[in-house]
Amino acid sequence: MQAEENTLKKVICEMEVEIKNADGLHMRPAMQFVDIANQFDCDIAVSNSENSVDGKSIMQMSMLAATCGTKLKIKAEGADAPQAVNALQKLVEEEHFDEPTPSGQKKC
Amino acid sequence: MRFADFVCFEAIIPELKAKDRNSVIAELVSALDKAGRLGKHNREGITKAVIEREKEASTGMGKGVAVPHVKHPAVKDVVATVGQSSVGIDFSSLDKQLVYSVILLISPVNNPDKHLQAMESIFKHLQQEKFRKFLRQSETAEEIEDLLREADENPSL
Repeated sequence: MQAEENTLKKVICEMEVEIKNADGLHMRPAMQFVDIANQFDCDIAVSNSENSVDGKSIMQMSMLAATCGTKLKIKAEGADAPQAVNALQKLVEEEHFDEPTPSGQKKC
Repeated sequence: MRFADFVCFEAIIPELKAKDRNSVIAELVSALDKAGRLGKHNREGITKAVIEREKEASTGMGKGVAVPHVKHPAVKDVVATVGQSSVGIDFSSLDKQLVYSVILLISPVNNPDKHLQAMESIFKHLQQEKFRKFLRQSETAEEIEDLLREADENPSL
């Protein structure tokens, strides 16, 4: 994670996360993501290789169609950007949205 | 994925008779069932499953649209249909507004990626104000089919 801080400039924080749960970023995980994103004041953009969307909009997040194994870039801008990126990374990679990851040999 | 790949045009309902969430879901599932897309004797089970899913968290995403959906073993491939209501339906939407356009999506249980691709197509267009407006203005199943086919050709719609 890279964070640049300056009293005059905005804090910008970027991190790549990988979708770990087998079902991918379907509507329920997308809603969890948006719920957490909305707890922060910073702007949050999420992008895959094609699109960049507003991480606080459920409709836009549903558009990413991030399957298991997809890498997404989270970019946050604002005073609480580091906290936001950390919380979202935890949700996606550590908690994998409280959903099962692919079992055994079937890795995605 | 394109709408034409998974929307069952025969099952489109340009004016829903049902006026509440559960009956709207039942009406749309019945339309897919009549079109022969749900196998045999699955209508009730699928209706229940979609309603149960809806109770967990509303798929009314705001801006007058809802996308009730479920993964069910009755289908081998994703299948969807569209229903419109001119009076509006209470879907307990995130923005508390009534819903005028409903897209029902039934996905197989063992192909999560395909479900995500169908969702991507749906939301790519639903988030465009122009598309939502045209959908709401459509009065016949043919107009809805034309709109979906046009959207397949034109990503900005």
